[in-house]
Amino acid sequence: MTYTQLALVGVALTIVIDVSVLRTKLVRRKVFWYSYGIIVIFQLISNGFLTGYEMVQYDGDAIIGQTSPQHSPPPFIGQGRICFAPVEDLFFGFALILLTLSLWMWWERRGIQSDIHAGPPRESVRALVRYEE
Amino acid sequence: MVHLRYLAVLLGCLLGSGWLEFFLRTRVYRRWLRLVVTVLPVVLVFVLWDIYAIGHLHWTFDPQAITTVIVIKGVPLDEVLFFIIIPICAILTFEAVRSSHPQWHTKDDVK
Repeated sequence: MTYTQLALVGVALTIVIDVSVLRTKLVRRKVFWYSYGIIVIFQLISNGFLTGYEMVQYDGDAIIGQTSPQHSPPPFIGQGRICFAPVEDLFFGFALILLTLSLWMWWERRGIQSDIHAGPPRESVRALVRYEE
Repeated sequence: MVHLRYLAVLLGCLLGSGWLEFFLRTRVYRRWLRLVVTVLPVVLVFVLWDIYAIGHLHWTFDPQAITTVIVIKGVPLDEVLFFIIIPICAILTFEAVRSSHPQWHTKDDVK
């Protein structure tokens, strides 16, 4: 299978795991999509370093875009790329993050250290983040 | 320093998300046991994906940028660390949002 196919399968499988297997149903929750929106920005930045500085290179046969050039960065955007990385990386990243957060919430429901909760933010940052009781 | 470029990106991710643990009291590292049992299966699944992708040359690494320490079937140590660190960053972000948006809790959340 190509990376494109695998990435789409990965997204589909993790959604099934979240909704039907672990039943954490994060894809139906605002808190997940808000978090994902933040995470994806930082994914584009960190992945942009890995691909823009040619630390990781891709084969054109496996992705929508073309093979990473040998001695120059790939396109920043366009030709199947976004922030130097293949668009497939967005699907790969989504699967990675959804599987992680689904398992995290599943263990919470199973009682693994469920007595420890996040927050509230420290006084020093409450003014910076929108905090509502 | 050349072999540490990939690890430097990962270090940036750790530092970029690590402050949340203190300032937003995400208490992710404090829940170390849940962190371990969450990240372990993720590492397993994605290392398998990585083995397939590296074996089929979907992606290759600049040997100058990575440690070149191979953990299993062509998967460099750098990649294994990626599959540990990026999930931690995601959980920290998620818990930071939960910490600052308690109104989004549902009855599914363990109180």
